[in-house]
Amino acid sequence: MSDERVNADDIDVNRRKILTVATAATGAVGVAFTLVPFLASWKPSERARALGAPLEIDVSKLEPGQMITQIWRKQPIYVVRRTPESVAKLGGVTPNLKDPNSEASDQPSYVKNAIRSLKPEILVLYAACTHLGCLPKQYFTVADPEMGADWPGGFFCPCHGSRFDLAGRVFNGSPASANLRVPPHKFDSDSLLVIGVDAVQGAA
Amino acid sequence: MRKSLIAAALGLKLVFASPAVFPASTSPNAAWMEWKPGNDVGNIASLQRGAANFMGYCSGCHSLKYVRYSRVAGDINIPEEQMEKLLLLPGTKKGDYITAPMSKADGEAWFGKAPPDLSLITRSKGPDHVYQFLKTFYVDPKSVNGTNNLALPNTAMPFVLSALQGVQEAKFRTVERAVDGETLTERQWDSFELSSLGQLSPEEYDAFVRDTVNFLEYVGEPVKAKREALGIWVILFLLVFTGLAYLLKQEFWRDVK
Amino acid sequence: MGAVSDTAAKTGFRVWLNKRLPVDEFVDSQLIGYFAPKNLNIWYFFGALALLVFIIQIFSGIFLTMHYKPSELEAFDSVEYIMREVEFGWLIRYMHSTGASFFFIVVYLHMFRAMIYGSYRAPRELLWILGMLLYLALMAEAFLGYVLPWGNMSYWGAQVIVNLFGTIPVIGPGVVEWIRGDYGIADSTLNRFFALHVIALPFAIAFLVLMHLVALRQTGSNNPDGIEIKEKLGANGNPIDGIPFHPYYTVKDTVGVGVFLVFFCGVIFFAPTVGGLFIEKPNFEPANALSTPEHIAPVWYFTAFFAMLRAVPDQQLGALLTLLAIVVLFFLPWLDRSPVKSIRYKGILSKIALTLFVIAFVVLSYLGLQPVNDLYVILARIFTAVYFAFFLLMPWYTRIEQYKPAPERVTYHA
Repeated sequence: MSDERVNADDIDVNRRKILTVATAATGAVGVAFTLVPFLASWKPSERARALGAPLEIDVSKLEPGQMITQIWRKQPIYVVRRTPESVAKLGGVTPNLKDPNSEASDQPSYVKNAIRSLKPEILVLYAACTHLGCLPKQYFTVADPEMGADWPGGFFCPCHGSRFDLAGRVFNGSPASANLRVPPHKFDSDSLLVIGVDAVQGAA
Repeated sequence: MRKSLIAAALGLKLVFASPAVFPASTSPNAAWMEWKPGNDVGNIASLQRGAANFMGYCSGCHSLKYVRYSRVAGDINIPEEQMEKLLLLPGTKKGDYITAPMSKADGEAWFGKAPPDLSLITRSKGPDHVYQFLKTFYVDPKSVNGTNNLALPNTAMPFVLSALQGVQEAKFRTVERAVDGETLTERQWDSFELSSLGQLSPEEYDAFVRDTVNFLEYVGEPVKAKREALGIWVILFLLVFTGLAYLLKQEFWRDVK
Repeated sequence: MGAVSDTAAKTGFRVWLNKRLPVDEFVDSQLIGYFAPKNLNIWYFFGALALLVFIIQIFSGIFLTMHYKPSELEAFDSVEYIMREVEFGWLIRYMHSTGASFFFIVVYLHMFRAMIYGSYRAPRELLWILGMLLYLALMAEAFLGYVLPWGNMSYWGAQVIVNLFGTIPVIGPGVVEWIRGDYGIADSTLNRFFALHVIALPFAIAFLVLMHLVALRQTGSNNPDGIEIKEKLGANGNPIDGIPFHPYYTVKDTVGVGVFLVFFCGVIFFAPTVGGLFIEKPNFEPANALSTPEHIAPVWYFTAFFAMLRAVPDQQLGALLTLLAIVVLFFLPWLDRSPVKSIRYKGILSKIALTLFVIAFVVLSYLGLQPVNDLYVILARIFTAVYFAFFLLMPWYTRIEQYKPAPERVTYHA
């Protein structure tokens, strides 16, 4: 080289390599650590978490066959009081269902039963089609003219035509492949439904 | 060179010749101005006492509108069952901000000025000021509330802690001071005296105020303790990095003659 | 080592990439092939550090905009929301607020370096002017950013600075109203300041940084001896006293970055307000049009100019003088008539003048932070005079003083 630097023979190549790698690795670790607070700042903030606190719903005014929609953590939730007759029928249509026992579906373990609920008549569902997230519409009338003579009552997703029964279980032939999801919930009393807190197994 | 600079300075001074009159800040430093709470936001027990003090004596009028009950409980180790008993005002939920039941309009009607939110009081005024404020109420028959304050003269706040501290009288002395050739007669604070004791002894009252100020300082920046704890690790890491970088630099710069 | 880096070791991907994007060519020509003087000392860290702070500001700023609300009703609350409820929001905000002050610390040291070693002299006049434009853009950026938290000092600072434009003859009052978009500092003001702060000025600064670097690359770095290494070339056409920027200055700057970050993080984690110097106490109260803070002062990096402004008992003259205090810096390359560039070889007059200038700047900065009183006003006038005398007398004292001839080669002891 033109300048007056030492010639290559005097260079401890190994030491250089080790120091370069060590410094670069430490720097990379530092950059990774620096990214943590930035990425973490995208998590739901304390405000979002406070607003997402458990939601209490009085279900005593809900008539049989009636449904209310509530928002919990920015997601619509359906609460349905099913008629005793429709609950009784839920066992009967099993062959048409993709996942009758909710094996491949998402719900708390305490509602992993045929009627998918803690109390027989009260059904609590995330109102989001498991296909692509549209709001399923309620078609509770048996043999609803729009749905055909064999329609047992349930939900129909207008986006891509998925059909669900009154336990949110998906019918064969629907684009959705899993049953409607069930949010964590419990009953503080017969009439007070709390969404966002898990029921203690076996206590309900 | 020097001469020319001075000349230039004088020249510019002539340009600005018109005399400016500014008020002189010459108020003498009284002893109470040096009082400091000496608090420590790392002292959890003190914060718990301070939180109870605040909820008991301040929260009726003063909000902490940026602070949630649940955050306070989590930060100062108050278990959830106890939180409802110790902190929560009636009708509030644990995720709520700590807001006073008094409306702004009521505050203005009752005190002439709505009681300020105290979330940031220790950041805007400093913890020392809050401590001095709570320690320098004294009996003043001329005031609407019957009390006045040295740190915040003519404060609209009635002395709600007088049941705890007792009745504090201030002794003043008359001082003559020469200001710009004129002799001014001033009333200067000399000392405090308790004419009747409150529920707390002077030492207990002092501890009460310190805890309360400590809690308010925590509230001003809830993350402070965590920030400093994390900072130590960051600095240690950077020292290691800088050390390695220095060795690397020395190694390469051996080339340069 | 040198211009052609390990051609044999290039893998298929690198060949593919380099046919399409001249990555290696850039590294070879701009980093390895860029010969910097070997005698650069610690004063030469601050350019790279300024770039680092700029990157920190951009990065932390982007994340702040995700949570901040530029509206007069929500701005103050949204900053407290960031400080308390966004996970690590406090850290990102302190990075940004501390970064603002460190930007000025680093830039002031960088400018001082240029002043002691004559880095503004020919052929680097344009480099200096681009740097001065950067300084102006940075001042604007800092002022606009200071308004955004919408604290009481933000509000009154905006009030005072915007009113400075009112001193422009004839059109002044109209201009002030136009800047605010209302009859006082208002929501509209906050909104436009936000847009300028997060989009317009960062773009301008990034562009000026690029131009500054291109100009530097063209002239090459100055050095503490203030001589041109390009005038002494070796057999292969490279400067004898130059060493490749990479790896020598990349590893050296890395040490500088490490030391800098220790100080930077020390402030962030242990003293983010620096006792009211980096974040002023009145800014923890929301903007209030009915209550001026007892003592209005800008953040420390503007206080030297603020002290000058207050020292003049005439509004228009004061504003004009403050403007001139910055404008005069642009003319530095032509005011310095010394045959040598570096303070090392300049005469005693230059050394005294520079020392007095530094004292004047520091004292003025201090005075600008203090409440006004008679003594301080007189001091401010004297040091304002010193400040201007440094520049206005420069053509004279740099010519008449005894200087030492600069050496042929740079001074360097391994």
